[in-house]
Amino acid sequence: MMTAGTTTPDAKIPDGALADKWETYKSDARLVNPANKRKFKILVVGTGLAGASAIATLAELGYQVEAFTFHDSPRRAHSIAAQGGINAAKNYRGDGDSVHRLFYDTIKGGDFRARESNVHRLAEVSVDIIDQCVAQGVPFAREYGGLLDNRSFGGAQVSRTFYARGQTGQQLLLGAYQQMERQVGLGNVKLWNRVELVDTVVVEDRCAGIVTRDLLTGEVRSHAGHAVVLATGGYGNVFFLSTNAMACNVTAAWRAHRRGAWFANPCYTQIHPTCIPQSDEFQSKLTLMSESLRNDGRVWVPSQVDDVRPPADIPEAERDYYLERLYPSFGNLAPRDISSRAAKRAVDSGRGVGPNRNGVYLDFADAVGRLGLDTVWSRYSNLFEMYERITAEDPRDVPMRIYPASHYTMGGLWVDYELATTIPGLYCAGEANFSDHGANRLGASALMQGLADGYFVLPYTISSYLAPMLNQPIPGTDHPEFVKAEGEARERFGRYLQTGGTRSPDHFHRELGKIVWDHCGMERTVQGLEKALSDIPALYEEFNKDLRVTGPSDRINQTLEKAGRVDDFFQLAMLMCRDALERNESCGGHFRAEYQTEDGEALRDDEQFAHVAAWEWTGDPLQATRNVEELVYESVHFQTRSYK
Amino acid sequence: MSELITNLTLRIWRQGGPDDIGRFEEHYVEEISAEASFLELLDILNERLIAEGKDAIAFDHDCREGICGTCSLMIDGQAHGPQLGTATCQLHMRTFHSGQVIVVEPWRARAFPIIRDLMVDRGPLDRIVEVGGFITSPTGGAPDANLIPIPQPVAEAAMDAAECIGCGACVAACPNGAANLFTGAKVTHLNLLPQGQAERYARAEAMVEKMEEYFGSCTNHGECEAACPKSISIDVIALMNADYLKSKFKNRKALSRT
Repeated sequence: MMTAGTTTPDAKIPDGALADKWETYKSDARLVNPANKRKFKILVVGTGLAGASAIATLAELGYQVEAFTFHDSPRRAHSIAAQGGINAAKNYRGDGDSVHRLFYDTIKGGDFRARESNVHRLAEVSVDIIDQCVAQGVPFAREYGGLLDNRSFGGAQVSRTFYARGQTGQQLLLGAYQQMERQVGLGNVKLWNRVELVDTVVVEDRCAGIVTRDLLTGEVRSHAGHAVVLATGGYGNVFFLSTNAMACNVTAAWRAHRRGAWFANPCYTQIHPTCIPQSDEFQSKLTLMSESLRNDGRVWVPSQVDDVRPPADIPEAERDYYLERLYPSFGNLAPRDISSRAAKRAVDSGRGVGPNRNGVYLDFADAVGRLGLDTVWSRYSNLFEMYERITAEDPRDVPMRIYPASHYTMGGLWVDYELATTIPGLYCAGEANFSDHGANRLGASALMQGLADGYFVLPYTISSYLAPMLNQPIPGTDHPEFVKAEGEARERFGRYLQTGGTRSPDHFHRELGKIVWDHCGMERTVQGLEKALSDIPALYEEFNKDLRVTGPSDRINQTLEKAGRVDDFFQLAMLMCRDALERNESCGGHFRAEYQTEDGEALRDDEQFAHVAAWEWTGDPLQATRNVEELVYESVHFQTRSYK
Repeated sequence: MSELITNLTLRIWRQGGPDDIGRFEEHYVEEISAEASFLELLDILNERLIAEGKDAIAFDHDCREGICGTCSLMIDGQAHGPQLGTATCQLHMRTFHSGQVIVVEPWRARAFPIIRDLMVDRGPLDRIVEVGGFITSPTGGAPDANLIPIPQPVAEAAMDAAECIGCGACVAACPNGAANLFTGAKVTHLNLLPQGQAERYARAEAMVEKMEEYFGSCTNHGECEAACPKSISIDVIALMNADYLKSKFKNRKALSRT
């Protein structure tokens, strides 16, 4: 089964000391003269934090930019739902933070499976992000004196997280969206809304553009450009139930993968510990409760199995504050992967709470006693209100109930130091790439990475690629490769409509999600993964034979959109399980039950697996080639991650 | 397990395309969990329609957490339904009772043409932002974030306005189809902040005038505030109006100097 890769990808890491690499890169980067920038067209797909910030910045620089979103407005991208905050090594608290410490925390949080040079650059530019956002008018929380406030987040012992109530993602995205809309208004950006990428086009080993499908008219159309940026988010919806928005999908990244972009570490998925437990079978979506709640909330379950008393009736001595017990130094702020597994074990041990016995408590009673209700309310009011709207329970009266859910995917398209994929001219930013979080992402780092990539990294690295292309002709949309890709896309969507089976795309998605969750979710085993690798192709065969899509082809048809996305999720799911099966170790979000310590902690194998698995398409996801990028650590030393 | 709501009649607006004639279509739902959200009710109904070989009902939705602003729906004539400060995606069936007849329509506003069924085009809201809903600050030149202290009450008031999710409920609820709450919220967010002062009056002028190209006029009904899923106060309209008025002489003064 194992197809050994022979190629080692070149990550193009600049020479020099770790702390100097980015400066060195920028000094050596090739530039495009301001008057020549308008000769280059850059296509950016996705308008979340990474996409919108890249669109705005590239357009400000003078490039012709075309922006693509499947939403009605670019402001709806799912970055908007991020709640808790954004990290930056500002050290405004004077609590010992620094670029190096943020870098180190991120590497350690990622369980030593991220590329050092990229992560260090991320920590360096984090400080510029906050400056940039404040200049745009992002209303971060303030102290009484008017200076910026901070809070703590999981996996760190300093307060470095900037926030705007529980709506930090919204405010950061609106900041980037507004900068982008300014460029739309100035005529520097052409915006395509309600348009979805259905293919990428490669001509003579360079990315020549994309093929899109207009969701309102069904029109399939080609777009040519000098470079393409995919900022299309993660694939957490492969589990069906997740905290991702309903439309989040892997299609853009997957279609690029099928054209030659390598897909790295698909098995690194993050299960977020604080979501509202599933209430019923038919549920379509899970809701996240920000990790920031763990600053003041205490996680517990009853000490006794099958204790169904209401929480208020369970005396202090009969409660198990298991995170504080197991991880005394980080306590309730233990990182996400560790907290999630601990919650799963508490529930699996028969101590789950709530009507379905599928949650653990997150209790604010102590914080209210210590700080007063007003202070707690001012910190979390919008989260408390959201919880109450969904569950009809007020967290001021009864503890919240939480349980882990799929939330973020660390894996994604393989990119080098320049955020370039293995297809020259095709770049990948934000959650869609694999680059900065290793095997586990720390809280408040996704927003940081998205904006770092878009505002401060891509604008430098793209110019190096474009400079030598000045005044060179590029393939137009009449090139046979474009025509061929358009034809394939039309055929594919036509096929979904004509299959004429009996089951809807949602039906298949739900079934697929269940297999992936059971066997490639919080805990994975050889037997489970092998079962998934036989069940998924079998279900995929049924999908291809028995799919039913009703509705028109030339008007908006959400059932048809869904069919295309589920198709790609099927193929990704196979690769994900293969990746999990080949990685014979536990690290971060990838927990293989065979590889654990006596206390049930993840057991890494740095000898065998301190590398990135970068998968190469061969025509069948079950036969993909596994290439390897060795991770070389110059600045940090491997450690067993301990939060005890 | 959870309580059930039974015997519901849904009267749903169906329309093939922008130029087609629409009609109400009736669907009967025998039972649904009180824990289900309103959009999950539509999901289940759509699954049933597909099983019957019929077209699913088109409706906009995405995050289902009340923050992306994609979902809409007039439910029994109310934008986002009967629950105060709640977007449709956060509306749960426990808000309804067994035997109820529920009428579901798209946003009603001339500026938001219907695309299909319950889906409308809210593009004009983006057009308003394009002309002034920003602070000009190209990437790279920003000073240290703590150089501009912002008094906490100012930051809080700006944040209250910035919470707008751009769903368009204010427009749909307004008898005049006005977008003053939406526009006022963005003007207030940016005009309260020290960073926003340089473009304050130019912003108010440009955004108000673009708004008037598409939307009706405000006559202070206050329906917008009642419908807003973020409960944004109509105070933002007062601030916008004041700044717009001032822009008519302040901008001239600035212009006459150049």
